[in-house]
Amino acid sequence: MGKHTKYLIIGNSAAGIGAVEGIRIADPLGQILVISDEDYHTYSRPLISYWLEGKVADENIYYRDPDYYSSQDVQVKLGDKVLELNPSDKSVTLDTGEEIRFDKCLLATGSHPFVPPIKGKDTAKNATTFTKMEDALKADEIIKECELEGRKPKVIILGAGLIGLKACEAIYDQADEITILDLADRVMPSVFNKNASEVMEEFIKSKGINLLLQTSIDEILDKQVRLTNGETLDYDLLFLAVGTRPAVELAEGAGIETDRGIVVDPYQQTSEANIYAAGDCTLSFDISSQSVKNIAILPNAYIQGKYAGLNMAGQDVQTEELFPLNSMGFLGLHLITAGCYDGESIIVDDDGVYKEFFVKDNKLIGYIIIGTCERSGIYTHLIRKQTDLSEVDFDSLILEPTLSSFGKQDRFNKLSRPH
Amino acid sequence: MKRVYVNEDVCLGCHLCEYECAFSTVKDRDDTGKINNMFKAFNRDVSPKSKIRIEELNGDNPEEKINFAVSCRHCETPYCVMGCITGALSQGEDGVIRINHDKCIGCRTCIVMCPYGCLVINNDKTMLKCELCTEHNETPACVKACPNRAIVYEERE
Ligand SMILES: Cc1cc2nc3c(=O)[nH]c(=O)nc-3n(C[C@H](O)[C@H](O)[C@H](O)COP(=O)(O)OP(=O)(O)OC[C@H]3O[C@@H](n4cnc5c(N)ncnc54)[C@H](O)[C@@H]3O)c2cc1C
Repeated sequence: MGKHTKYLIIGNSAAGIGAVEGIRIADPLGQILVISDEDYHTYSRPLISYWLEGKVADENIYYRDPDYYSSQDVQVKLGDKVLELNPSDKSVTLDTGEEIRFDKCLLATGSHPFVPPIKGKDTAKNATTFTKMEDALKADEIIKECELEGRKPKVIILGAGLIGLKACEAIYDQADEITILDLADRVMPSVFNKNASEVMEEFIKSKGINLLLQTSIDEILDKQVRLTNGETLDYDLLFLAVGTRPAVELAEGAGIETDRGIVVDPYQQTSEANIYAAGDCTLSFDISSQSVKNIAILPNAYIQGKYAGLNMAGQDVQTEELFPLNSMGFLGLHLITAGCYDGESIIVDDDGVYKEFFVKDNKLIGYIIIGTCERSGIYTHLIRKQTDLSEVDFDSLILEPTLSSFGKQDRFNKLSRPH
Repeated sequence: MKRVYVNEDVCLGCHLCEYECAFSTVKDRDDTGKINNMFKAFNRDVSPKSKIRIEELNGDNPEEKINFAVSCRHCETPYCVMGCITGALSQGEDGVIRINHDKCIGCRTCIVMCPYGCLVINNDKTMLKCELCTEHNETPACVKACPNRAIVYEERE
């Protein structure tokens, strides 16, 4: 007979930690075991770029305090991979051969970096994906090797999405030359609309970074790449940052319903009773576009994890409203995006801050802000609550997000009542 | 828990709460709570920022002018904490939402998450927020400074 735990959480990142905190609200004592194949105390994945940049010290990369597991009375197994999930006998098998049984299990397995089938990728020198601490350590080592030779590295980044640009920011001051490649015709196509992409492209070029769109890599040679346009480029460091894919293999192997992401109900339960899923590995219902999609952002992972935990511990609560949102700094330029970009577009270009709002059926369903806007969460909440815009003074709101643009009773509810 | 609640009908818009809030974290004070050395506490180049904000709503005539103060609601469902990508924001068992400035990288995700617009960008680009400043006082500095009880610190159901 193997080991048994009441709650088994696979994944030690935002969704897994959210689940620990959800469970502990409802069940202070139930036994929790967290397993992850990454041998680290829970850390903030987005911080790997800040760490590589030298802006975040080793001790500050952690998502929770050093004594977190003991303070939450959580057992952990770090560095062990779960190979198999068996819903029928409620057990998992690890790569060590160990078998662990559970009452409730959460799949918080996140995503894997996706590397397109480029010739030479498996033998490529000085190349790394950029989603894990290990990747940041590897990149750092390559930069240091160049430094020892008395020079700064030439860097190529394949992928002009969020992760590619974050890698670019991290090595900007440490690199001799940076080239960003992407097969798409604009940067961050999954996060920005065309207007925002254009602003970002101009900004990237103004920083002396080479940006080659509609261009990818045909073959990786000896610290050299041959591009799809026939040119060759030398590099010291190559980031393969094309994108990520939900980690669904455990779920698939267990016969759980997936569709480029694990399918969950509003309580985060999968198609199997007692098995839940949260975070980057799942599909969620996006209230802004009214469609089911993979929303791979950290706030979403934590929120789903927390509600999964509450439900695993016997509460009966639906997850908060979910939709994409992103706040991104890139070499001093700030961009905020939320929701989706259908519907009527309203542009406010004022004082160096560009705002674009998207309104459908008299509701705000999305917005993009380039520049500083301190209280933009007021806009986000209109999306979250699907507020009918006739209830607010939207004309003044779009100029400046304030609570004075709401009705008196609304303000009373917000500022004079507990919630 | 005790929170700061607003009564906009009696807010004068005097901004005293903002002023006191900006200095609320100064620790060098005498027995009455007065700041010992204002020269040291105040830096003209990087003036301390307030975590409470007065909003003004100007109606068509003077009687319609409304003011009110907005600071962190210390929500039971803390969107800012749930969204924080670094773990800098946390909610204590006392319900107070606090920020660890060593961990904040100024990504502004909390700004996008907060329904009330209660986070403030500090001079060093990390986030500032109301932490109720009750370590040294029984009552938050803003409430103590309010001459008209337009903000109160109490328990409400
Ligand atoms: C460079 C970078 C920058 C980012 N910036 C932002 C940002 O600014 N804002 C934002 O909102 N999001 C950002 N993200 C995305 C964010 O990091 C993710 O949305 C978030 O980490 C998802 O959390 P998760 O818990 O679902 O999964 P993950 O963080 O992917 O964690 C899953 C964990 O489970 C482990 N695991 C998987 N399978 C197994 C198995 N079979 N056995 C054992 N362990 C397993 C994995 O190794 C991993 O440790 C960024 C991501 C990257 C890479």
